[in-house]
Amino acid sequence: MFRYILRRLLQMVLAFFGTTLIVYALMFAGQGDPIQALAGERPVTAAQRAYLTEKYHLDATGVGGFFYRYFDYVRSLLQGDLGQSLTGRQIGDILQAAWPVTLKLALIALAVAILVGVTAGVVAGIRRASIFDNSTLVLTLLVLGIPTIVLAPLAQYFLGVKWQLFPPTAGSQPTFYALLLPGIVLGSLSLATALRLTRTSVAENLRADYVRTARSKGLVKRRIVTVHVLRNSLIPVITFLGVELGNLMSGAIITEGVFNIPGVGFNLFRGIRTEDGPLVVGIVSVLVVVYLVSNLVVDVLYAVLDPRIRYE
Amino acid sequence: MSDFETVAATENQAARRGPSGEPGTPNQIGAPQKPRSLAGDAWRDLRRKPIFWISLVLVVIFTLMAVAPGVFTANDPRDCLLSRQHAGPSGGAIFGYDFQGCDTYSRAVYGTRASLLVGALAALGTGLIALVVGMLAGYFGRWVDAVLSRVIDVVLGIPLLLAAIVLLKRVSSDSQTARIAAVIFVLAILGWTTAARVVRSSVITAKEQDYVAAARMLGAGNGRIMWRHILPNSLAPAIVVLTIALGSFIAAEATLSFLGIGLKAPTISWGQDIDTGRIHMREAATPLIVPSAFLALTVLAFIMLGDAIRDAFDPKLR
Repeated sequence: MFRYILRRLLQMVLAFFGTTLIVYALMFAGQGDPIQALAGERPVTAAQRAYLTEKYHLDATGVGGFFYRYFDYVRSLLQGDLGQSLTGRQIGDILQAAWPVTLKLALIALAVAILVGVTAGVVAGIRRASIFDNSTLVLTLLVLGIPTIVLAPLAQYFLGVKWQLFPPTAGSQPTFYALLLPGIVLGSLSLATALRLTRTSVAENLRADYVRTARSKGLVKRRIVTVHVLRNSLIPVITFLGVELGNLMSGAIITEGVFNIPGVGFNLFRGIRTEDGPLVVGIVSVLVVVYLVSNLVVDVLYAVLDPRIRYE
Repeated sequence: MSDFETVAATENQAARRGPSGEPGTPNQIGAPQKPRSLAGDAWRDLRRKPIFWISLVLVVIFTLMAVAPGVFTANDPRDCLLSRQHAGPSGGAIFGYDFQGCDTYSRAVYGTRASLLVGALAALGTGLIALVVGMLAGYFGRWVDAVLSRVIDVVLGIPLLLAAIVLLKRVSSDSQTARIAAVIFVLAILGWTTAARVVRSSVITAKEQDYVAAARMLGAGNGRIMWRHILPNSLAPAIVVLTIALGSFIAAEATLSFLGIGLKAPTISWGQDIDTGRIHMREAATPLIVPSAFLALTVLAFIMLGDAIRDAFDPKLR
């Protein structure tokens, strides 16, 4: 167990450096004159140039210089200093304003996935091969196959614009109601997966020996399902949903962009549109860290939750 | 994308333990027939599934559309007149005209080519990387396996969309071929891990077989054993995974084009058309709905096809 956590940590560190190195190399290495880019159209005096070169160690060339600046970037990333966007705002400030909204949206999506997905999954697992089971299988296949860039605009059009059941876009201070439709769209993918996972593991656990024992003891079916089966079936679902929370926070680019929700994904969406390089890199770096950490936490949680799983 | 791959992986396990076929499946014990192969069994299974036929027909239609778009529409997708902006259906334009006054249906038909090209070539590239990595890791084992498996773990840990955004932002060229090549390259180097794991595990199974030992006894070298004996036997599962991956690559390409960093005009792609259609949805909805439907149907067709074939080839399901 300890060795597993240690190995997993090492893996995360590797993935962290691998990804940030790629991000850094692609965005900053081999660009033109960074000092001139900073100054824009204005001329740069020799003194300013010398000061900036000294400050950012731009005179160090070759592999050593590259790695020096790379570690500089990683250090400021770890300290939470993400620099400025092209519009002059601190990226840290932008993210600080955006996180609560993104978190709210992710939680709504997760709640939808749990309420609908797990409930329907349990019913489908108990009534295997029934009409309900088969129709949920087809429906989830549809949801899994339809890309978000189709689902989000169509939901916005039909439910928001045409039938006006939900507000089509959220403003700068989104209410819960305005976030509900985007939350459902965002959560639909997790919903489908959670449903299928629950269904499989409920169906599998229903065949287990301890269920037969419980049944022969004379327990009512309701108790068997809620106490015995559900407890064991939900372990994989819980871990999946944990991973999903990380995914939802980093994966809401399209949904937030379409529904105009001022979260992290929306800022990334806007950064890409307006060719704001520093903003894109800053947000992507943070999101990668969020993604890696949430994956690690969940993997460790999995090992703790389920003693049947042995890691060497 | 990566989401779907995890789903596909869990689904794989789910399918194994899922409902074990229709109870009345005839076994035909003792029937005077020649012995059936796994492929024969799979074919008998597939033949009865409507979902297989529907997705196969869709795949064939979209492939034809990509090869010869002129057969499906007589209108030129680049023949745009602002004077007929958002005009209703007329002439060959059965779904009317979009914001720029282009034939909506014709643009959707011509958009098939870029999507399928990217999807197919990315799947091919993925397949090649996966075969090489999976084969080396599975066949040689020990430290080769250890190193390559860690590489797979690290690449699997990189979120596909975010990495693709960074990689593609770097491509400044606006030439059509360069952009298509860049998208294919990015999808292939980020998306090969699931297939590599599948190849690796099937190679590990195959190399323990008697015919491999026999070949080695006859003096065959590593290269010959890998190429002639193991490769043909580990190809089938890889192809199934790649069919599903093809669908998700098409979705990924559309997403990148939607964001404005994938394919760009003058290349016609569904992702871009969905984006422009979305912005003008209040004035006219068909320019949004038509490319959306094309994209969703294509992705679904490949995913359902791969899903059906995988289920049919899985002997544990019988």
